[in-house]
Amino acid sequence: MIRTEELLLNVGPQHPSTHGVFRIVVKLDGEVITEATPVMGYLHRGTEKLAESLNYTQIIPYTDRMDYVSAMTNNYVLVHAVEKMMNIEVPERAEFLRLIVMELQRVASHLVWWGTYLLDIGAMSPFLYAFRDREIIIDLFNEISGARLTYNYMRVGGVKWDAPSGWIDKVRDFIPYMRKRMDEYDRLVSGNEIFLARIKGVGQYDADTAIAYGLSGANLRCTGVDWDLRKTEPYSLYDRFEFDVPLGQKGDCYDRYLIRLQEIHESLRILEQAVAQFPSGGDTMGKVPRVIRPPAGEVYARIESPRGEIGCYIISKGKAEPYRLKFRRPSFVNLQILPKLLVGETMTNLITILGGVDIVVGEVDC
Amino acid sequence: MQELIQQSFTWQNGLVFFGWGVVFLFVVLGFVTYAIYFERKVIGWMQLRHGPTRVGPLGLLQTVADILKLLLKEDTIPKKADRALFILAPVLVYVPSFAVLATIPYTQSLGFADLNVGLLYYAALSSISTIGVVLGGWASNNKYSLLGGMRSAAQMISYEIPLVMSVVGVIMLNGSLSLRTIVGGQGNNFWEWNFLPQIIGFVIFMIAAVSELNRTPFDLPEAESELVAGYHVEYSGFRFAFFMLAEYVYVFAISALTTVLFLGGWHPPLAVLDFIPGLLWFVLKFSFCVFFLFWLRATMPRIRVDQLMSFGWKVLLPLAILNIFLTAAYIEIFNK
Repeated sequence: MIRTEELLLNVGPQHPSTHGVFRIVVKLDGEVITEATPVMGYLHRGTEKLAESLNYTQIIPYTDRMDYVSAMTNNYVLVHAVEKMMNIEVPERAEFLRLIVMELQRVASHLVWWGTYLLDIGAMSPFLYAFRDREIIIDLFNEISGARLTYNYMRVGGVKWDAPSGWIDKVRDFIPYMRKRMDEYDRLVSGNEIFLARIKGVGQYDADTAIAYGLSGANLRCTGVDWDLRKTEPYSLYDRFEFDVPLGQKGDCYDRYLIRLQEIHESLRILEQAVAQFPSGGDTMGKVPRVIRPPAGEVYARIESPRGEIGCYIISKGKAEPYRLKFRRPSFVNLQILPKLLVGETMTNLITILGGVDIVVGEVDC
Repeated sequence: MQELIQQSFTWQNGLVFFGWGVVFLFVVLGFVTYAIYFERKVIGWMQLRHGPTRVGPLGLLQTVADILKLLLKEDTIPKKADRALFILAPVLVYVPSFAVLATIPYTQSLGFADLNVGLLYYAALSSISTIGVVLGGWASNNKYSLLGGMRSAAQMISYEIPLVMSVVGVIMLNGSLSLRTIVGGQGNNFWEWNFLPQIIGFVIFMIAAVSELNRTPFDLPEAESELVAGYHVEYSGFRFAFFMLAEYVYVFAISALTTVLFLGGWHPPLAVLDFIPGLLWFVLKFSFCVFFLFWLRATMPRIRVDQLMSFGWKVLLPLAILNIFLTAAYIEIFNK
């Protein structure tokens, strides 16, 4: 009788497909996973603790570095929470600018996901195509905020910089360009038999499981649950625009893939309307006291980031610094289902499922 | 060359043989150097990049620089590796890859050995390389390389059989295993080549050939996004270079074999173009096959290992057997 034993394999923290320094320890029986234990914390920087000794404007750059693929939405959740606490009125022009950069950010973030996901699956070219188009968005952000990745763009009560002249036109030109590209990507990837065979039916779960694990974003909507905070709890100006929330049915990686691609189209739709309605004048900063001191109390604000529901919970004691600040990071929460999903899958599917969750390690570890 | 082989062995003949072998080795190494350059350029252009441009004019010396770098690198052997097998593995991978080239006829006169079992020789030798890959994966004492090596073994069984079965049709049509006879049986017009009557066999052969090369979409033993680099994770320096070298020599071999078996070898595509030397036609068809392999790499995602196996056994093998049956029926009915 041949004696066989399980193989303990350490995937990460230095592994090309864990998207940074995420680590997962798997027990393998042949190539089938019998147990998976995620190990987090390699990128932990103590953002929440640091925030307790910083004033609110100083915290904004730290949010950039949480989910560095989608810094604009992170900016927004913090300033939105503080504004909610202090009842600050944000000028319309500023709110429009915020919405436009957030939707551009959503497109950019989904493009990064799309490219890296295909890289995980073994196709190299889509990664470079995605980054070409993301580069245009990055350039737009560079023009408006002076940075390419960590924008530090929003402030409590408005935005730091007004759009430079011609910027809105560039956004307008970007929309048809991106639509054309999306069609090309569909032709290149979405119909590829090998790709479909790799992701269809992989990493499947139902709506109840998804809700029990607190999933959000595309990871929740792929099961058919209609939950997009832009629709269900409209913030910013989202109630003014027409857009759909793409939903899946099966809850597998393929549905998640389709939803994210469809969300790019919906974001472009929102951008189109926002650019058309963009106010020609107005302030970019509301009336904000020189030192931001929210009244004593608590607030929880949540928005729809490209990865799901990102929340910011603040306890204020009436000082310039928060008493306690907590971020609900969608990447972290969405990851919790991973050990359950991976049991019984192969090594190859580990990469497919992990990539399908769409994590950013900066946000997982915060 | 042919007369030379038939002559009795003397020291003089042996020296001539050795000389030709060395010349051919340099031809192949030259091909590998520029195949790598060509691949990087082609994929670069397909991916909106430039590819190598820095070393030498148009980056032409990039691969030379890479090889020099690999030569200068420290040759590490992991402490817990199986030393003897670890050293043996790259040799086992490389030697068959070069040895299979002996039977391929490039033109009417240019070619080394015209074995009457040429095709069998190719299939038999090329599968030895897989043993090298498995050994390398095992001897490294690394879990990722072990997985890569095991995948390679599983993959070899699933594609090698359809690969051999797919060319049986060609053998039946020509009544010979000798590659020179197979080329001779094809005509001076492209509709007289084997790929048209043997279209099923041709498609199966192409798929299985890509699998034999361990290239995208069948690069499972390497699978850089899953197994990091698979079986050669622990190899460095020139031992690693040998694995890479073998991969590109097999690109050379498979492209040449495809040209010989299905694309008419040195024959021109139209009889009126007969005045152009056969070697040029061979090189053109051969280059197209090489390009096709690189093109696939820029386009395709990677297939999963269980899907590859079920595809090999449940689709390719039955189709190959069907192809043999159809060819047999064709020969019987038309009494060829």
